[in-house]
This record gives sequence, C-alpha cells and structure tokens, in this order.
Amino acid sequence: MKLFKNINFDKLKDGLDKTREKIVNRISETVSGKANIDEATLEELEEILITSDIGLETAMEVIETTRIALKREQDRSKLNVLEVIQNELASALDRYSEGPIDKIEIEKFKPYVILIVGVNGAGKTTTVGKLAYNFKQSGLKVVIGSADTFRAAANEQLEIWAQRAGVEIVQKESGSDPSAVAFDTLNVAKRTNADIVLIDTAGRLHTKNNLMEELKKIRKVLGKVVENAPHDTFLVVDGNTGQNALIQAREFEKFTDLTGLIVTKLDGTAKGGVIFQICAEQKVPVRYIGVGEKIDDLQDFDSKKYVKALFELQ
Amino acid sequence: MLEDLTLKLEKALKKVTGQVRLNEENISDSLREIRRVLLDADVNYKVAKKFIDNVKEKALGKEVLVSVTPGQLITKIIYDELTQLMGGQSSELGLNPSGPTVILMVGLQGSGKTTFSAKLARYLSERKRKPLLTAADIYRPAAIEQLKQLGSKINVPVFTIDGSKDAVKIAKDSVAYAKENGLDTIIIDTAGRLHVDDNLMNEVASIKETVKPTEILFIVDSMTGQDAVNSAKAFHDRVDFDGVVLTKLDGDTRGGCALSIKAVVEKPIKFASLGEKLDSIEVFYPERMASRILGKGDVVSLVEKAQQQFDEKETEDLEQKLLANKFDFEDFLKQIKMIKKMGSLKSLLGMVPGMSSAIKDADVDDNQLIKVESIIQSMTRDERTNPKVLNGSRRKRIARGSGNTIQEVNRLIKQFGEMQKMMKRFNSKSGRKMLGNMKNFRYN
Ligand SMILES: Nc1nc2c(ncn2[C@@H]2O[C@H](COP(=O)(O)OP(=O)(O)O)[C@@H](O)[C@H]2O)c(=O)[nH]1
Ligand SMILES: [Mg+2]
Repeated sequence: MKLFKNINFDKLKDGLDKTREKIVNRISETVSGKANIDEATLEELEEILITSDIGLETAMEVIETTRIALKREQDRSKLNVLEVIQNELASALDRYSEGPIDKIEIEKFKPYVILIVGVNGAGKTTTVGKLAYNFKQSGLKVVIGSADTFRAAANEQLEIWAQRAGVEIVQKESGSDPSAVAFDTLNVAKRTNADIVLIDTAGRLHTKNNLMEELKKIRKVLGKVVENAPHDTFLVVDGNTGQNALIQAREFEKFTDLTGLIVTKLDGTAKGGVIFQICAEQKVPVRYIGVGEKIDDLQDFDSKKYVKALFELQ
Repeated sequence: MLEDLTLKLEKALKKVTGQVRLNEENISDSLREIRRVLLDADVNYKVAKKFIDNVKEKALGKEVLVSVTPGQLITKIIYDELTQLMGGQSSELGLNPSGPTVILMVGLQGSGKTTFSAKLARYLSERKRKPLLTAADIYRPAAIEQLKQLGSKINVPVFTIDGSKDAVKIAKDSVAYAKENGLDTIIIDTAGRLHVDDNLMNEVASIKETVKPTEILFIVDSMTGQDAVNSAKAFHDRVDFDGVVLTKLDGDTRGGCALSIKAVVEKPIKFASLGEKLDSIEVFYPERMASRILGKGDVVSLVEKAQQQFDEKETEDLEQKLLANKFDFEDFLKQIKMIKKMGSLKSLLGMVPGMSSAIKDADVDDNQLIKVESIIQSMTRDERTNPKVLNGSRRKRIARGSGNTIQEVNRLIKQFGEMQKMMKRFNSKSGRKMLGNMKNFRYN
C-alpha cells in the first residue's frame, strides 16, 4: 500500500508559511466591508491557530466564538474580526496574570526564592542567567544556586552566566545532592542579606518519578530555611514544544505547585501556542519569554504583543 | 487525555458495522477522529490533512470483510500508510568502510546534540570504530566542557581548540587530528542554532563545505510541535542532511513531528535517543513510531502476527469451548503451540500497549512455557480432557515422564483449575462482554 508515493509534498513545503499572510489580508478585507468572511477563511484561521500549537480543541473554541460574533453583527463592515479574535485570545492569557514580580513583594519575603524547573534543554540555565542579570540591573542583590548536579558541565555553564550577570553563585561538586545545594544557597543568601535567590535545577522528563520526587524534596528544604520558600516556581517551556507541554505542566504542577511559565526560543518561527491550554488548565500566567541567547534576551510577557505575533509572518 | 484510537474509532464506526462498503458518509466520523489523534500527536496541520485525504481515498469503496469491523479496517489502513510514510524499514548509518568517516550533528538549541554525540561515539566504539568527538559549539557556555566530560566518561578522545572563535577551523583541524592519531570516525558536535539565524546557518554550511561529512544528522527533540516542518525544511535546504535522530523519546510524547519531518524532507530517521544515560540509544524502527503516534502500542503488529499464525477455525472452536466451559489441557496445549509459533512470550507481551514498559525488566520466562508444554505432553489423552482423574500416582508419573518435580506438576494443575474458574466467569453477562472485547482484539 504505497499511498504516499505519488503525493507531491513540495506544494505543501511552499505553502507552509503563506497562510498567515493570506488570512490577515482576508480578514482585513471583511473589515473594509469588501467581502464576507466565509468557511474557507475560518478554515485558514483554524490552520493558523493549530500550526501555532494551540491545540485542536482551543482552536475550535476560538473559531466558534468568531462564528458567533459574526452572526451577531449584521453589518460586517463594522466588525474588525481580527480584533475580536485577538482580544479573545489575549484575555485568555491575561486571566491569571499577576504582572511582573515587584520590589515590594521581594522586600517582604527577602530573600525571595524562585525555583526554576523544566524538561531537558528547555532553556532553564540560560533563563536563570538572564533573570539574574535583570534583577541585578534593577538594583537587587541576587544569589543563584546550581542545583543541577547531574548534567555534565552544568556547574561550569551556570558559573559563566553568574559572571556575566555579576552575581554570586553557590555550587557543590557534580553528583552532590541538589537539595543540599538549595540548602546552602539559601543560607548564603540569608547571611549576605541577598534580596532574591534563583535556583537552577537539572532537566528532567516529567515521566521520571524519582526525579520529580527530587523536586519535592528540594522544595521542602527551601521551605525549611526560608519561610514559604520557594515563593515562585517557574516552569520553563521550550517554545518549540507541541502538545506534550500540556502534560509537562500537569506533571510539574503535581510535584511543585507552579506559579508561572517562562516560554523560551520565541526568536524562531515556533509560536508556543500551547501556553493557551496550559494557562487555562493550570491557572498560571506566562511571566517571561526568551527571545535569544544573549543575556538581555528576556522579556516581560505581553499578551497583546504575543497574540499579534501569532498572526504575523516571520 | 486521549482515549485509545481504536476505542474512538469503534465508537465512531458503530453504526457502520454490518454495512458492506465504506463510503464518504459512513467514514466521515472516524476520519475526523483520526485527524484529532494526529493533531493531538503534533503531526503538522497540513501533513495531517494530506494524510487523511489519502487514507480516505484509499478507504472509499473498500469492502468490509466479515471478520473485521470498518473501524478495524481503517485502523489497519492508517497504520500501514503511516508505517509506509515513516520509512518502511529502519535505515543504517552511513559509515566509510575504509578511510575516515565524518559525522556532523546539526539542530536547534536544546535538541540533545551533545549528549547524542557522546552516545553515538560510545555506540560506534562498541562496534569496533575508533571515534573522535569534536567540540565545535563555541557559543553556549561550557558546551565544550560538557563534551569533554562526556568523552572522558566513555573513554573517547575529544578534540577542540580552547578559546577558539572559529568553529570551522575546529572541525577542519579535528579531521587532521583524527588521521594523525589513527581515529577513523569523527563526530562533530555543533552549536544549536535557529534555522532563521543566517549567520549561524552559514557557519554550519561552511563546516559542511570544509569537512565534507560522510553523514549529516539532524537532531530533533521528539516533543517538537507544529513548527518542526519549518526548521527541518530550513536545515535540509541549507545542509541537505542524511538522516534524522529523534531525542527524548523516553518521555511520553507521541512524536508526531517524526511524521511531519518525514513528509517535508524525505530523509530516514536513523536513531532514537531515549535517556540521559550514554547507552540509551537505539536504531529507529518506523513501525514502532507509527504505533506511538497513533497511541496504540504495537497492537497492530501483534494483530498481524496473530492473524498470520492463528488458524481462524481453531480459534473459533476455542471460543466455543470457552463459552461452553469445556476448555481442557488439550486446548491449553494447542494455545501454547500457537504462542510459540508467534515468537517469544516476552516479545509478544511487549507488543500489547502499556505492557512494554511494564515488562521491560520483568523476567518473562519462555522456559516456563516449555515446561508447561512438557508436563501436558506427558499426560494421557484422557487426563488432558478430564483433569479430575489426576490423582497422586498419576501426577508422580507425569512428573517423572516430563522431567519436572511433582510440585511443578501440582502447581500447573492448580493454576489450570483457577483458570477454568475464571473462564466460568466469562459465561456471566460481563464475562461475555469481555470475551467480545477479546475477539475484537484478536482481529483488530
Ligand atoms: N534561540 C534561543 N535559544 C535559547 C533560548 N533560551 C535558551 N536557549 C538555548 O537552548 C539551549 C539549552 O539551554 P539551557 O539553558 O542549557 O537549557 P536547560 O537544559 O533547560 O538548562 C542552549 O543552547 C541555549 O543557548 C532562547 O530564548 N532562544
Ligand atoms: Mg541546565
């Protein structure tokens, strides 16, 4: 059964990124009243949404909302359909938003402890470096703890980031207990009167139960040294990740009580649309996005800008 | 969470059962389900669409055989097409039999290149190659240090130029270094890069020009979503890689990106990387991936194997006996023989969804089966069909005749009794339902 033999996937290759252009045009046309939005356009909308990794279900919901909005508004020339969709999407992301961590909060809990978790290669260590730099720039005293004692040269990697950011780092030799590193880091932070602590952890697939239990233990140790620590636990998600990110969030939430997401690698062509589902399901906001490998390539998450980018050609 | 595809299809196709041909209308529900399954597995939107259009074309007008339901028929067609598209057979790594082999690793950031480079080095040194690892990721902090540490762990030399800002030169010099030192396989680890980063794409292209690799491998995180088509295509256009490596397959991702990548670049997937330990590398099996994408374990291959081997008639007789509570040692023996024909018990169990990980380390002993067989064979015909007559002296005789201990014979007879009891339950209402499921499972 060689079904695919005669299939011309070339056409597919060329067409991959054209859709975004087309739909924005088509939808804009409806705004100026030249044309009606039709099923074909809705289907293209579906394509844009799904190819952003937003998931079939969420895509269907958005389309349904759009359809209803269209029905309600008789005079379509008055309706900016694209705006309706974008507002809808942005507000879904804003629902659990808390804004950036503010200084008053940090002062209150000092040292304010942030635990960084995620699967292998998501961008945790880089993000810790960027965060450290940002906090330092805003005048805070930062300490980072290198609780990835597993991956080869993880210590060396974070050390370089600590240097770049100009902050103190606490580490132990490779193979040590990550909880012990966490413990030491908080003690150093207390002793040196630091404002904020970032704990980097080893990458782990959420299916590895023993490694997930390890996170629980780290959290417990943090809480013993500093009351209510960690004050934030951020899941770092690679923006290239598809639907599996939803399961990642679900599992990490079980073991760590997430308070936010950081989406990385959005400087590529991937859109990271799976965050819509994660935000809705875990009721957590996206806090920051990573847009490159440089130390200042970290941005506060802006839902409006993000949603707009979903509909833009790269 | 996802329900099993088969269940969904069965549901979608319930109303179709009994009809003789598949038509546009009666398969539309199941095609929709298939689409959902593919998209949930991260198969690219367009790839999924094309795929489904083709399955549909194929399925229309198909006659539904008496022994299968339309849902089963479609599952089979999808599975076959998917396997076909995934590459049919597994594909070997291109190695230069004489003279040096240069293997170049390329891919996005965080895809697992460095770890995989070390795994491949270890894998090849076990196969009598003499590898050299080249650390040419001059950008990521401590990337070179990481490869050095991995290399020393597996006793493979690592080449780099400390402090160098020239990845092309590192790559080039490493090839010369390998020659001088009698190393025949150079594995070049490069920095992760985005396909839209022109500078870095130029760099990897000039590494390619300079070292003329025997084999270029594109390393992809198996959790990648819809955008896999774009990055794979860009890398392919730029460096024309020879094969793909799927990493982090030890997680629970469905890995639909494998299908997307195959569809846009027509290059084989050569290896699967399944963990952080350096021995967790496997040759890639397309049909396993097809099942994984469909979320079904290797049910389909189990079904196929079973279909080949099971005599339909015999199976039907067996069913009758089960229903009539007449299953005896004679039937048991037949079953064992069938299982033996189909391969080892462990490999058979491994194909059942959810089983493969459960029994991975378990000791499923095929010898046990042989033992059981020998015990039954030492029984007389009368004893087999009427186990009640098995008194002490008969048991002793059977033990001696089959070369087993009396305890072993006792245990088998006891277990068989329990099995019969269980089968009696099949005759209750729920039992029948279970049997019905078993029947589906068999043909599936
Ligand atoms: N392009 C890009 N690369 C990133 C970003 N964040 C991290 N990376 C890269 O992704 C790779 C893995 O990052 P790392 O921080 O080591 O991930 P970890 O394993 O989660 O700690 C490295 O090559 C980083 O340079 C980002 O926002 N954009
Ligand atoms: Mg790290």
